[in-house]
Amino acid sequence: MKTLLEIEGVSKSFGSVIANEDISLTVREGEILALLGENGAGKSTLVKAVFGLVKPDSGTIKINGTVMESGDTAAAIASGVGMVHQHFQLVPVMSVTENLILGDEPKRFGVVNITQARKEALALSEKYGLEVDADAIIEDLPVGMAQRVEILKALRRDVKLLILDEPTAVLTPQETDELLEVLRNLAKRGVGILFITHKLREVMAVADRIAVLRGGKLMGTTTPKESSESKLAQMMVGREVVLRVEKSQAKPKEVLLSIKNLRVSDDRKLESVKDLSLEVHAGEILGIAGVEGNGQRELVEAICSMRSRLSGEVIVKGQGIPNLNPRAAHLAGVSHIPEDREKHGLVTSYSIADNLVLNRFDQAPFARGWIRNLEEVASNGESLVEKFDIRAPDAYLSAGSLSGGNKQKVVVARELSQQLDVVVAAQPTRGVDVGSIEFIHNQLIAARDAGAAVLLVSAELDEILSLADRIAVISNGKIVAIFNSKEADRNTIGRLMAGLAS
Amino acid sequence: MKLRTSHYLIFAFLAAFTYFYSKDGLVATSVLYTAIQFALPLALAAMVGVMCERTGVVNIGIEGTMLISAFTAFFAGAILKNTVQGMLVGVFTGAMMGLLLALMAVNWKMDQIIAGVILNILAAGITSFYYRQNYSIPSTLDPIDLPVVGAWPILGPVLSFHGPITYFGIFFILALWFALYKTSWGLRSRAVGEHPSSADTAGVSVTRLRYLNVTVAGAVGGLAGSYLALEAVGIFERGFTAGKGFTALAIMIFGRWNPLGALAAALFFGLTQAVTNQLMIDEVVEIPPQFINMLPYILTIVVLAISAGKVRPPAAEGIPYEKEKS
Repeated sequence: MKTLLEIEGVSKSFGSVIANEDISLTVREGEILALLGENGAGKSTLVKAVFGLVKPDSGTIKINGTVMESGDTAAAIASGVGMVHQHFQLVPVMSVTENLILGDEPKRFGVVNITQARKEALALSEKYGLEVDADAIIEDLPVGMAQRVEILKALRRDVKLLILDEPTAVLTPQETDELLEVLRNLAKRGVGILFITHKLREVMAVADRIAVLRGGKLMGTTTPKESSESKLAQMMVGREVVLRVEKSQAKPKEVLLSIKNLRVSDDRKLESVKDLSLEVHAGEILGIAGVEGNGQRELVEAICSMRSRLSGEVIVKGQGIPNLNPRAAHLAGVSHIPEDREKHGLVTSYSIADNLVLNRFDQAPFARGWIRNLEEVASNGESLVEKFDIRAPDAYLSAGSLSGGNKQKVVVARELSQQLDVVVAAQPTRGVDVGSIEFIHNQLIAARDAGAAVLLVSAELDEILSLADRIAVISNGKIVAIFNSKEADRNTIGRLMAGLAS
Repeated sequence: MKLRTSHYLIFAFLAAFTYFYSKDGLVATSVLYTAIQFALPLALAAMVGVMCERTGVVNIGIEGTMLISAFTAFFAGAILKNTVQGMLVGVFTGAMMGLLLALMAVNWKMDQIIAGVILNILAAGITSFYYRQNYSIPSTLDPIDLPVVGAWPILGPVLSFHGPITYFGIFFILALWFALYKTSWGLRSRAVGEHPSSADTAGVSVTRLRYLNVTVAGAVGGLAGSYLALEAVGIFERGFTAGKGFTALAIMIFGRWNPLGALAAALFFGLTQAVTNQLMIDEVVEIPPQFINMLPYILTIVVLAISAGKVRPPAAEGIPYEKEKS
């Protein structure tokens, strides 16, 4: 097998932060190399250097034996490098076809031949077995579909080396499985694949070789056969990581959160939560298992009073929560770890310390009357940064500059560092590295043990199975079954999630 | 709203025109002729906005670009005693203003509103400081008698006998529409204005396209300024452009950042003004002239209020592109 990519001694730092330090790696034809590492380990920087989006400070990158000029994206593309970015590089208002041809349009005298472009798009999608609607507008597509377009866009340029930057972070388990299958097929055709992830299961399932980065350094390469999930986790984090959640027996007490006959509609005004009733007790974690898009988002937003309820009640500690008043929900004792931390969890341009008091900045001790008590905000910030292991030089850095896992820790720190009654955690570990997942899980269990009623919504069935004391399966806006976690069986739940009667 | 409103407007226009034409054909056609004259600088100025904003650069310096170009066009024409050469100087001045905006907005990643304000203040300052009286250009640009069209009934006198910038301007607007939606330049420009990092990762240089488009747009603004000084009026005064560059932004929004939409919106503005002018001349209604002069501004407010929330600007406008943040 020919060597496609050679990275030799690449280093890159941003100010005082060292992102990559003397990294050397190779990728051969038809090989899937998984690049594993925690958030902030330097994986994205490394692949961006390969693709010419980042100029390394030193070191060389060779593609097919040719040394690439650093920071030249067009040259990288020309020599057969394709990249699927973590944040999709697609123009939302344009069609699939337009996105596919952008930058290399079939044209005559500068006029784009859209008929031919469409034909090309269809031929491409057929060739690789990636079905897409060539005329669909990107912003109307579900995430998994948009990602297909992103992959096709890379493949269209006759790709020899395909780089995927955390492609599964935004996918549902089903979409992930489909993607892994696509990657295997591409490798069989001789495409070299460099695949960034921090999900160990995927690495073990699909990689030929595994390279582990930690703190900008290459910790070593291995193969799935020679390794195991726990060994990899240890290499990534630098200490032993407990992958299985350890928790004591739940001691459920009185009902803290009760939902009665709730009906909620989604953004398209379709009823997506249908007459749903549920009770969560103090001292238990109730996990909601379900395929994404079955009403979980609307359920969570209705509980937190961020979305209007068509009918039904949300009762916290015997007190009804008014409709569309998130503040009232918060004051009644609902802590919310939102699904989209960038949109609903943080003000990214504010400092970490300010973000840590977003929901109580106007209450004592963070304010005296109308005046904010900045000293108190600062000391609260510093203590939470330490207590919740938020990796930042100080608490005054803007929250937007943190990595995904650390952003999530800021949200978790804010929501779990107050008086806890009801905790609603939606996808609390999405796009978060192994070390942080362990930490967040332990925090949720600690909240439970402190007597909170925890409602956990997650698309990852494994997360539900390991954390929840009771599991409610949601399908098409209704709770179709509730299990005690000891009686829960993966297959049965999977079938119920898919809408099949058990 | 797009189809229905415009259908009603066209219907109302046809009904009104038929009525007035039956009363006095000459006046009715001359009102339409004047409407085109009023509309053209607004339409061209709106193209400046369309070209810039479609690639993600907000240009509120259109007013200044037009003002200083009208100034240089007029005085170059007067000193060189050649109106055509004056026009070329005007267009070149506009391009330089565009280049300056690109330098500030693209290179230096300045706040684009401030960059636009700088253009406006610069133009207002220079044109009033260096303004001199007693200059005149040899003649305005000669109107062109269109061969076949000029003989058409009704439409002939409306469409024929405009100046060369008018015909070129309309041709340019049609060509811009085609280029924006049918050519690879247009596809790339729109991509850069909506989601620049997608264009960048596809090997399209965001910086180069923004520079190109903003500079060419400046030249178009220069043409609009030259039109005012050399084709429409034949003089230059301080504050000569009278807010047309700002009205053009409203027209651009009303036209949904689409060259044809903006052209239609500009014609609507031009028609309103032409009709009011005629009403004043005929002394049909007695309105103080100050109110007539307010009309474009009032119309702008009304139009923006109607469009608000219904139109969607290019997503990346006003945001400098940072490569390493992609």
